[in-house]
Amino acid sequence: MAWFRKDKKPLQAQDKRDLPADVFEKCQGCGEILYRERIAQNLNVCPTCGHHLRISADAYLSILIDGGTFVEHDANLRAADPLGFIDLKPYPDRLSAAEAKGKTEALRSGTGRLDGIEVVIGVMDFAFIGGSMGSVVGEKIARAAHVSLERRIPLIIVSASGGARMQEGIYSLMQMAKTSTVLARLHEAGVPFVSVLTHPTTGGVTASFSMLGDVNLAEPEALIGFAGPRVIEETIKQELPKGFQRAEFLLDHGMVDRVVDRRELKQTIALLLRHQFAGWTD
Amino acid sequence: MHLEFERDIMEIQAQIDKLLDLASRKGIDVSNEVVVLQGKLRELKSQTYDNLSPIEQVQVARHPKRPYTLDYVERAFTDWIELHGDRSFRDDGAMVGGWARLRGRTVMIVGQQKGRNMKENLSRNFGMPHPEGYRKALRLMQQAEKFGRPVITFIDTIGAYPGIGAEERGIGQAIAFNLREMSRLRVPIVSAVLGEGMSGGALGIGVTDRILMLEHSIYSVISPEGCAAILWRSAEHREKAATALRLTAKDLFEQGVCDEIVPEPEGGAHTDWDLAAANVGDALDRVLGELSALSVDKLLEGRWAKYEAIGAWREA
Ligand SMILES: [Zn+2]
Repeated sequence: MAWFRKDKKPLQAQDKRDLPADVFEKCQGCGEILYRERIAQNLNVCPTCGHHLRISADAYLSILIDGGTFVEHDANLRAADPLGFIDLKPYPDRLSAAEAKGKTEALRSGTGRLDGIEVVIGVMDFAFIGGSMGSVVGEKIARAAHVSLERRIPLIIVSASGGARMQEGIYSLMQMAKTSTVLARLHEAGVPFVSVLTHPTTGGVTASFSMLGDVNLAEPEALIGFAGPRVIEETIKQELPKGFQRAEFLLDHGMVDRVVDRRELKQTIALLLRHQFAGWTD
Repeated sequence: MHLEFERDIMEIQAQIDKLLDLASRKGIDVSNEVVVLQGKLRELKSQTYDNLSPIEQVQVARHPKRPYTLDYVERAFTDWIELHGDRSFRDDGAMVGGWARLRGRTVMIVGQQKGRNMKENLSRNFGMPHPEGYRKALRLMQQAEKFGRPVITFIDTIGAYPGIGAEERGIGQAIAFNLREMSRLRVPIVSAVLGEGMSGGALGIGVTDRILMLEHSIYSVISPEGCAAILWRSAEHREKAATALRLTAKDLFEQGVCDEIVPEPEGGAHTDWDLAAANVGDALDRVLGELSALSVDKLLEGRWAKYEAIGAWREA
């Protein structure tokens, strides 16, 4: 499945010398040098051009969930190594390296209030092994959906993923089936599921839960697709059209409902949820 | 056409053929020699095929003479009538479907279909479906549901097609929607992996009550080549990837994902299509018999429980 390398950051020597990276950041959209502080205050959206910088799961939680209401669930789940998988490095080494950066898995989940509405939320984190979906991501989503189902409160999942966690072999592929199966039950029970697709959402995540929202929302310019652009290019031996697999392309082709600016994401979801279920109109 | 490790087998087979030809042309009795050679052949086949390395299993699963979906349909089923199209865009030749009878039981069949030569692959696209293939498959599965008939899916693909049109028409959405809808289909549904089941393109018709795998078939989250290219940074490491991924039928059975391994003729399904098809027919007939005895509620509960249980994690 598709995986992504880090975006190339064309940091010039001059930038490095003159601009301490912890104070300034160059926008990948317009090239302007901006105060980090100022971007952060703007939810990591460039104030000049509107480019959306990639942010962590924690950042999305603080953007979407009312202060002090988030209760994390299943934070104790950790990846196992069922295959004893070793490529250039053993899988457990990759896991500990990712954990050393202060994350425990590629998804955080829990309950909280979104503009006063009780919700279950899961947010993926691209920084943890490319946001890849293994057994823990699948299990957390399954458990989150069950909380939604039992309490009849909406489920929101914010995706950012390079696809399946290959190191878990067939188990990782089957998480696509597992997550889609629980969403079928949520669907039958009439409980809303809002999917938010951020940069990038590809591979097995695109081909399972993230495309199954009653409403699919995408952040501007987010790369969203099943096959990675490089794989497609290698297959068809031609250059891909400009804007291919970007959020706006998916909107044009009818795959997402709306492209939503991060600064309007919370209010958009709140409005949708109030429309979808009479119980939340107050 | 044969694989590297099949060379000795092919040589003995050629000797037998030569002797038989001689016998028929000159009227010489060669039965003693033939019996000896056939014994040797059987022994060599079982020795070879019982000890295939993972990458050799991959080669057998992709053997150019291996029977494909329609070869099984032709041999194990009767009254086949193929149905076409997704009612939205076009008919995808990489995914076939239609009604058939399996020993007195009407079933809906859907499956990926590879072409056997370049001409066939113009329409079959090497068994790599586009979104419309998955939508056609679901349309037919839902037709089966409407009439209370069970569904059989045959998995044999290197993956969904990675192309511009496929992405434009939502290959991710098409697969995702199939996964969700198959999980709640109110009739028995069984899949059999015939050759290779690679990635989401395979799973897109693979959410079923029972997962059968042919003895030498493989099922994996990614092809060994794709995995090697990403994790080893070169497709040349496919052999290591094939081993690490644990993708053989035996591996999948041990991991609790495959429910049953369907035995192949000695020397692989490509050596005896009729026998391979008979084995597949036997297994499907028996499994459908078991599933048909269940109420719809029990069936769905079992299917949900099966998928919700898949995974391996620990608690910190
Ligand atoms: Zn900018």
